[in-house]
Amino acid sequence: MGVEGIGARVARKEDKRFITGKGRYTDDMVVVGMKHAHFVRSPYAHAKIRSIDASAAEKMLGVIAVLNGKQMTEDGIGNLICGWMIHSKDGSPMNMGAWRPIAQDTVRYVGDAVAVVVADTKAQARDAAEAVVVDYEELPVVTEAVQALKDGAPQLHPEAKNNLIFDWEIGDAAATDAAIKSAAHVTKMKIVNNRLIPNPMEPRAALGIYDEAEDHYTCYTTSQNPHVARLVMSAFYNVAPENKLRVIAPDVGGGFGSKIYIYPEEIVCLWASKRTGVPVKWNSDRTEAFLADAHGRDHVTEVEMAFDADNNMTALKVDTIANLGAYMSLFSSSVPTYLYATLFSGQYKIPAIHGNVRTVYTNTAPVDAYRGAGRPEATYLLERIVETAARELNVDPAELRRQNFIREFPYQTPVIMCYDAGDYEASLEAAMQAADYKGFPARRDEAESRGKLRGIGMSCYIEACGIAPSQAVGSLGAGVGLWESAEVRVNAVGTVEVLTGSHSHGQGHETTFAQLVNDRFGLPIDQVSIVHGDTDKVQMGMGTYGSRSGAVGMSAIVKALDKVEAKAKKIAAHLLEADESDIEISGGELKVKGTDKTVPWFQMALAAYTAHNLPDGMEPGLKEGAFYDPTNFTFPAGCYICEVEVDPDTGKTEIVQFVAADDFGKIINPMIVEGQVHGGIAQGIGQALLEGTSYDPETGQLLTASYMDYTMPRADDLPSFKVSTTETACPGNPLGIKGCGEAGAIGSPPALINAITNAIGKNDLTMPATPQKVWAALQG
Amino acid sequence: MYATTYHRPASVDEAVKLASEEAKYLSGGQTLLPTMKQRLAAPSDLIDLRHIDALKGISVDGKHVRIGAACTHNEIANSDAISAVCPGFTYLAGHIGDPAVRHMGTIGGSIANNDPAADYPAALLALGATITTNSRTLSAEEFFTGMFETALEEGEMVTAVEFDAPEKSGYAKFRNPASRYAMTGVFVCKGADGSVGVGVAGAGADGAFRSPEMESALASNFAASALEGISIDPSGLMTDMHASAEYRANLIKVMGKRAVEQAG
Repeated sequence: MGVEGIGARVARKEDKRFITGKGRYTDDMVVVGMKHAHFVRSPYAHAKIRSIDASAAEKMLGVIAVLNGKQMTEDGIGNLICGWMIHSKDGSPMNMGAWRPIAQDTVRYVGDAVAVVVADTKAQARDAAEAVVVDYEELPVVTEAVQALKDGAPQLHPEAKNNLIFDWEIGDAAATDAAIKSAAHVTKMKIVNNRLIPNPMEPRAALGIYDEAEDHYTCYTTSQNPHVARLVMSAFYNVAPENKLRVIAPDVGGGFGSKIYIYPEEIVCLWASKRTGVPVKWNSDRTEAFLADAHGRDHVTEVEMAFDADNNMTALKVDTIANLGAYMSLFSSSVPTYLYATLFSGQYKIPAIHGNVRTVYTNTAPVDAYRGAGRPEATYLLERIVETAARELNVDPAELRRQNFIREFPYQTPVIMCYDAGDYEASLEAAMQAADYKGFPARRDEAESRGKLRGIGMSCYIEACGIAPSQAVGSLGAGVGLWESAEVRVNAVGTVEVLTGSHSHGQGHETTFAQLVNDRFGLPIDQVSIVHGDTDKVQMGMGTYGSRSGAVGMSAIVKALDKVEAKAKKIAAHLLEADESDIEISGGELKVKGTDKTVPWFQMALAAYTAHNLPDGMEPGLKEGAFYDPTNFTFPAGCYICEVEVDPDTGKTEIVQFVAADDFGKIINPMIVEGQVHGGIAQGIGQALLEGTSYDPETGQLLTASYMDYTMPRADDLPSFKVSTTETACPGNPLGIKGCGEAGAIGSPPALINAITNAIGKNDLTMPATPQKVWAALQG
Repeated sequence: MYATTYHRPASVDEAVKLASEEAKYLSGGQTLLPTMKQRLAAPSDLIDLRHIDALKGISVDGKHVRIGAACTHNEIANSDAISAVCPGFTYLAGHIGDPAVRHMGTIGGSIANNDPAADYPAALLALGATITTNSRTLSAEEFFTGMFETALEEGEMVTAVEFDAPEKSGYAKFRNPASRYAMTGVFVCKGADGSVGVGVAGAGADGAFRSPEMESALASNFAASALEGISIDPSGLMTDMHASAEYRANLIKVMGKRAVEQAG
């Protein structure tokens, strides 16, 4: 390992501009003649639009246009789509209702766009939006998925009877029922996975620029996957053909999934720019972000786990109702199905598994992937029920897990996934050591002497990352392939540009991707630039989500580097009059093995571009591209142990210890990986302890629409984390990488709730475990 | 924010002349400005009171404390003179909001707004403070009339807060996890004459209030243990998504005990 190579704790190259305020975000983009959009949004959760009167607004100072959904349809702009087809168990395709970028006849959640004002300034646009008179006829509202399925519930879309989008299953129902029937012990639970609002630091924004001279569009947007945005806007929304649409996602301040999707606003900005002849920018304010960003989670689940007389797991049965909100967002259907139920086996040998998932429309913001996307929901139910079973069986929860671990790989689960590698015992042991698990009873007694209830809880998670391979996801209904592309350009003076289809919105790609080049050629990372986020620069890419930039994105770079290396060696061999198999590259030089004959890297590059002296028939230049399509998902796994002290007088929980032992496979930059784990755990603690989304069930108003009521985790809510890693290499990709972006958010909530329920001696506790809820549980 | 006209008067008289039904006095702006930014308030004029000398300054004469209305929470929190005679009060001021809020927000602005989750009203009720306005002097009981309601009339402004420091004082609050305002805060004090004051913030459906049952329990024995046996009636307490009336009733007792322990 060099000082800047694979495995080095290299400081992040991009941080200088971020921490000095020099980042370039979408809202920093200013172009000549640019105007501002403000959306008129529905104050009702469900209503018919009788009429929209914009006559007063149109006459206001600075107003250029007030546009509506009918005009959009007239201009041929299509409806928003869900890009993953799921079939119900009866074989019928999912019942998808129409989602128009601007509502025309009916609004279905508070925040649904009904018109857009374009004006000279943001304030003028906002003033005029208030003057748009919309005549609504209120309709009855339903916000909870379980209620929405009932007969007589308000109906959102004619396509979805009883608001049911699909009724899907996985696994073997008969075998599972039989195993439960013959079990020595069955643990049953109802599990609620609370709805979360993502809250990236940078709110969403879009700038649409139509160039009439070229009949060409440019869209700056806060996207995790600009190429997918271009593809979808071109192929489905008829904004413009791909060659006439450039999408740029510049610096993006956090996404956590919420910036994967193509939202109405960026489509509207592009369309409005053509319609008005001026560039149109929109920047979400925080309230809009609460109302109209895609939310996460929101499951209600009944689960049963069966054991034989020796405490071996024999079956798992899961019945989930998932709330998808008012419309099906881009990947919403995949989250509670293939990203969720395929992980039901966890780290355990469970011979029979069956899962049933019903997804439901309600009058709430659309729900889609949020950090972990289905995997936190799977881990939460599994690790809660395993812990609960251990309590019922009166065995140590660590031992019940250990006894049931999968130990032989590859392991084919009953729910599609085939785990390639892992050592669950190793991470369990590492976590138990780090947490001094054996010393807990003494710590509990000491806390008791101070009047505190101390509890310990653990969670052994597994996730599927690097979402792929294309053929497999295609057969499961994905509308896109999930490979990645890369191009490595060696310039004439030897510096390197890496073009990648991955997108960095906080992950540190400018550093870690450069470390790959350093590791291969010995060039300082300062001489390596990473280019991403622009469809005009990078040919094609699938973007960043599901912890795929390492396992998939970096693998594509490795393949391109292989090709560059091969050609560089050919050139060097020619220059040094040696055989190319004798050439080795290190420290910025190409050497003939066992001799002192060398050619500096920059000279080899110059030779490639002067082309004065290249091997016969070789093309000039040094630039190679690659597409990489993995053979399998990757399977990061680990063990988290949390220790809490509850104040019985107030119900307030203090996290006094948090240990994470993760197996991410090969690690490129441990500092960045630790940062990912820290952030993930913070979000997981947010879900478990603090963040609760609340809609008024009668009116559908979002009650937690600001930081006055929605509790984001703050520094003083969090302990210092003890993080460590174990390593089993991932056989599925050339670097052996598994991925680390979501683990913290997946593994931490059950560990925390297991710890609190252990502390208070009551098992019935829903997230977020606010002081009030914990206190109430203690009274019961 | 809608357009508004900003004024910076140099005297109380000048400020009062600028007042109108559509205008608002601006002090630290920690509630008013965010409300205006959200377009939930739209005063035609903002009359900035922070540059009026008569509203500034803290003086402590023996046990008598006088705090100018435009004093910031930070000035109060760091006043050695107040701390020497009433440490519970400076502790309370030092735990309002966060440093940015404490450096901008003022005691006059806070009590004129009378947010039910604000800290000062509970202390001023417990201390039997008086509130001086540009036209009269009111007791705290007279001044605080309900949630976000005070006895202030149109154009009337708070100029100072005064109280006699007690022998003992303490404050304990349980913060709302999201807003970090007091979900329940209890200020306790014991005067040299043995009189006891207990003010409760953040819990009452009609704003801050005194707790007679806690006052009488502490009057005979100013110790946390004296509150063990009492029970707080949840009727009249607030219920919201963060805390039920029953939970707040529990917190009043728990915070009351902690405040007494702090008071020593």
